[in-house]
This record gives sequence, C-alpha cells and structure tokens, in this order.
Amino acid sequence: MGIENLILGFHIAITPFNLFMAVVGILLGTIIGVLPGLGGANGVAILLPVTFTMPPTSAIILLTSIYWGALFGGAITSILFNIPGEPWSVATTFDGYPMARQGQGGAALTAAFTSSFVGAFFSIVFITFFAPLLAQIALRFGPPEIFAIQFLTFSSFVGLGGGNPLKSLVSILIGFILATVGLDIVTGQLRLTFGITELMRGFDFIIAVIGLFGIGEILLSVEEGLTFRGTRTGMNLRVVLDTWKTLPRYWRTFVRSSFIGFWMGFKPGGATPASFMSYAFAKRFSKNADRFGKGDLEGVVAPETAAHAAGVAAILPMITLGIPGSPTAAVMLGGLIIWGLQPGPLLFKENPDFVWGLIASMYTGNIIGVLMVLAFVPLFAAILRIPFAILTPLIVVVCAIGSYAVHNSMLDIWYMLIFGVVGYVFKKLDYPLAPLVLALVLGDMAENALRQSLIMSQGSLAIFFNRPIAGVITAVAVFFFILPIITPWWRKLKGASAPTVQTSHN
Amino acid sequence: MRAAELVTASVLVFLGGVVLFDAVRLGFGWGPDGPRSGFFPFWLALIMVIVCGVILVQAALDNRGKSFVSREQLNSVLKVLWPATAAVALMHFVGLYVASALYMGFYMRWVGRHSWVAVVAIALGIPIGSFLVFEKWFLVPMPKGPLEQWLGY
Repeated sequence: MGIENLILGFHIAITPFNLFMAVVGILLGTIIGVLPGLGGANGVAILLPVTFTMPPTSAIILLTSIYWGALFGGAITSILFNIPGEPWSVATTFDGYPMARQGQGGAALTAAFTSSFVGAFFSIVFITFFAPLLAQIALRFGPPEIFAIQFLTFSSFVGLGGGNPLKSLVSILIGFILATVGLDIVTGQLRLTFGITELMRGFDFIIAVIGLFGIGEILLSVEEGLTFRGTRTGMNLRVVLDTWKTLPRYWRTFVRSSFIGFWMGFKPGGATPASFMSYAFAKRFSKNADRFGKGDLEGVVAPETAAHAAGVAAILPMITLGIPGSPTAAVMLGGLIIWGLQPGPLLFKENPDFVWGLIASMYTGNIIGVLMVLAFVPLFAAILRIPFAILTPLIVVVCAIGSYAVHNSMLDIWYMLIFGVVGYVFKKLDYPLAPLVLALVLGDMAENALRQSLIMSQGSLAIFFNRPIAGVITAVAVFFFILPIITPWWRKLKGASAPTVQTSHN
Repeated sequence: MRAAELVTASVLVFLGGVVLFDAVRLGFGWGPDGPRSGFFPFWLALIMVIVCGVILVQAALDNRGKSFVSREQLNSVLKVLWPATAAVALMHFVGLYVASALYMGFYMRWVGRHSWVAVVAIALGIPIGSFLVFEKWFLVPMPKGPLEQWLGY
C-alpha cells in the first residue's frame, strides 16, 4: 500500500506551483534560521496567515519547507559566527566554529548541510513506512488513550527535559490554564474572563509563539550585546567535492546519529537533546576523541545529522496522532485546523492526497534545500552583517505584522509584547517555553479527552490504567513524572555522581 | 536572581489563586453531564500553586548571589522595549505602516547612529515594501491610519 501512495504524493509534490512553494519556503526558512530572534516556530507562525487562502497541500509544503530551511540556517550561524540560531545548533558550534577559524569553514558547512540532509532523509524513509502503521493503530484509540498519550507527551518534558522539573511542570500548567480562558464549548460557560469581553476569545497560541520566541529572543540577544564577528565562508565547488569524498568515512556516525535523532525526535523537545547526545556518543566512539572541540569534522557531522533527523521525526506524531513533537510542528498543527483538516489518524483515510503530498514533499523539499544552501551560503551569511540597529526594529515590525494578521486585532500585538517580556523572564529563570506552547495548543484536546474519559468511567481515574493500551502509556508517563525524584536517589544508591548534561528545550 | 525567582513564583501563586477562585465559582465537581466547567482549571491551578510554593522555598534557600540582570543589560533591553511599546501605541492612531516607519527611523538614528540617508531610505523602504507584499499581494489587511485613508485605501 505504501509505494503507490507515495507515487501519488510525488505527483502532487512536484507540480510547478508546489515546487515553487518549496523553493520560497526554503529561502524564507533559511533567512529565518539565520536571523537571531526568528526561529522555525515563530517564522512559521508569522507566515501562517498568508497560507489561509492557499490549497492545504501547498500551504503545508510552504510551511514545512520553512521548517527545513530554518534547520539548515541554524548551522550557518553556528559555524561562521559561533551563534547558534536555534538551540539544537549549539552542539554544532563546538567543532564548526573552530574549523571556520582555521579556514575550513567551507568544509564544515558542506559537512553540516550534507549531514542534515542524510539525517532528514533517514527520518523521512522511516515516516513513509511507519506513519500509515501508526495511524492504523491510532484509529482504534478512544478518549482514554488520547489523554494518556498527551499525558506521556508532557511527562517527557518533566522527566527527560533537563533543568528544573518543577519549572517544566509549571510551564505546562500555565499553557493549559491559558488554553481554558474563554468560552467553554461543552457547557457554554465563560471561564476566567472576569467579565472582560476581550478575554472571551482566549489566548491564541500563534501570538504566544511569536511573543515568547520572537520578542523574547530579541530581548535576550540585545542583553548579551550583539556582536557578530564572522569568519569567511570559504565555500566553492572544489571544497564541496573534496569534503564529500571524506564523508563516507563517517558512515557509522551517520547511522548512529540518525537513529538517535529519530528516536528522540518523535517525542517532544527531542532535537536539542538528540544533538548533544549524538555529539557525546560520537566523541566516545571516536579514535581521536581528543580532537573533538578543536575542529573535528565528525563533531559537526554527529549533531547536525541527529538534529535534522529529530526535526523531521517531530512531524510523525503530528500527522498520525494529532500531537505535535515540537513547537514548530504545533504551529503547523494549528494550521491544519485552520485549513479545515482534522489532524490525527483519520487524515490518512480522508485526505490521502494531503498526507502523501506532504510526505513526498519532505523528500523533494530536503533535496532542494541542501542544494540551495550549498549554492547560496555566502548570501545567507551576509544577512548577519546587516547592522543590529536595523535588524532589531525590523524583526519587531515583522512580529507585529504576523500577530495582527491572525485575527485582525490590535490587542494581539499588545499580547505579543507581553508574551515577549514573559518569554524573556522565563528564559532567564529557566522556565522552559516549549512545553508552555504545546500545552496551549493541546489544551482543548486534552481537556475534552479527559472529560469524555471520565464520563465513560463515571468519574473514576482507573480508566487510564485498566485499558491495555492506555494503561501501558499511562504507566510510562507516570514513570517519567517520578524520574526526577528517583534519579538522585538511584545515584546515591550506586554511589556514583555522574554529571548530567543540561540541555534546554527546543 | 533570587529576587527575580521569588517575584516570579509569587506572581504565579497569585495567578493560580485567581484561577482557583473562578474555578470554584464555576463548580469543579460532577455536574449532570460530567465534570463541570471549573474541573480542569481547578486541578491545574491547585497543582500550580503547590509546585510554585515549592519553587518559592527552593529559591529562598538558594543563596548563590548571581544577579538577574545588570544595569547595562537592563538598559539595552529597555532601549528595545520602550520604543517598541511606543510604536504599538502609535499604531492605534496612525496605522501599522506609518508607525513602523517612525519606529525604524527613530531606532536606527538613536541606537545605530546611521546616516540620515540610510535612515530615510530604510525607514521608508521597509514599510512601503511590506505594504505592497501584504495589502497588494497576499491581501492581508493591516491597521491603517489617516495617511492610507488619504491615499484611498
């Protein structure tokens, strides 16, 4: 069943208009990825209103292409400027920037883009085969299973996210609470509006994403004092070909990192830990581990492969379960709802052309992407040479336009500013932002699933444990929730104090 | 850092309390057709108040004297924040495009000390460009003021 569907998908993905959308998306996405303050999530959020009038398949191709572009763009700033444009690019700076300083920037960039492509390709092949299977299973899910999966999603932020687990929990709760503001569609009552009409509409997660990630990030980067000391790209066809010749040597790293990336990526917040984990593994298995951190090509290959594999894998739960694996996927999920599609397993039955068009476009988008970034690196790198006093107000204006366009409401621009300040404070105090956004997106769905489950069981929470699938998922989720409590205890028992790698959410 | 932690957690406890208050008003028990409207917010807010309470205690016991923000850092953050706020306020009266032009021009001259030629070129070019892209090409309307009205939009 897989192959003919995929061919159908390719027929949709390679129409001239959709290919054009992919090129535009990659171009915008790479620019967004290079610019500080504009990442994949808010880049997609800002451009979402533009897609309202497009056919859904073209719209999703545009948005996913922006996502691929942002993933590629993060590598450019990490290697040439030592500024990770995205959190999952941090590990790329460890060896990428030293290489660029030694005049090997071209080789590092070529390796980064090629690794990204390999990681992405690996994940797409996995999605092609697993997505229909997962959707088949998910079709039999009832409200208790859906709630259990959501529970698992959020438990993995608390248990595996790193940082203070209590703060991750608070971020999740804030997101859910913001989602309940406004009209309760089940009972028709107004919640948490306190008689203020403007609050009836509730909080739109797109505004939250633009504010928290866009404005918040700008405030953080001006605080650190933006100084771009870039190195030259040193990119030409010869360097590309020479680097390609050496890359097959690292095939073990490619395979290992792709697996790590895919495995981490389809769970939420996966790309950043995946890139660090993959870097650590590559270092441990490498014969010349002492060269890591001083400019080793393998140190660029490992995190980039994993980050991109994870970024692509985040699409899998979005199209099969209706649960996004990353903030960017969450924004796309919001897009699906706006375009009139129901995200989740039914998508495969009712909109096969959409799903398979999307999957096929992931192949074409990444091929176009890797060629475009290889060809135009100097151009993209030049963006960071735009003076800071132009870039900052420009990004603020772009964020304002994106916020206003969602509902044609001035109030949303004010919300954006407020979310920006909140994002700045939260980021400084290590309250993770990704779970907040995901909870805000999934709030209604989670609450409905919880309500329906409780109605089925007449108020007993046992329903999440005594159904086989829901029971297993809930048990794993509970385990993740108590993981931060048992880990220190376990360490004491073993008498070892292994250092933990602190990673932020992406 | 400690003061900022304490203030943030206290604000969250307060907001949690506000949510609890409204959830109790809505009813958080079992209604004729399942859980009442206040059910979900009630439990969310209750857990949040408890967890923030623990964070408060953690922060109070933590004596690492790292400051949240230095005076210079705060200065550069405010330098971005207040012109942006002023620009948004201005949008109510003159529309997004004119406000953006004034905001970009002001910021470039004040912070970047760019030459007047560059300031005028970019402060006019960017809003005009976005006007063409959004109003003409994508047909996404933005807030407009007297100037656009006078031009017939």
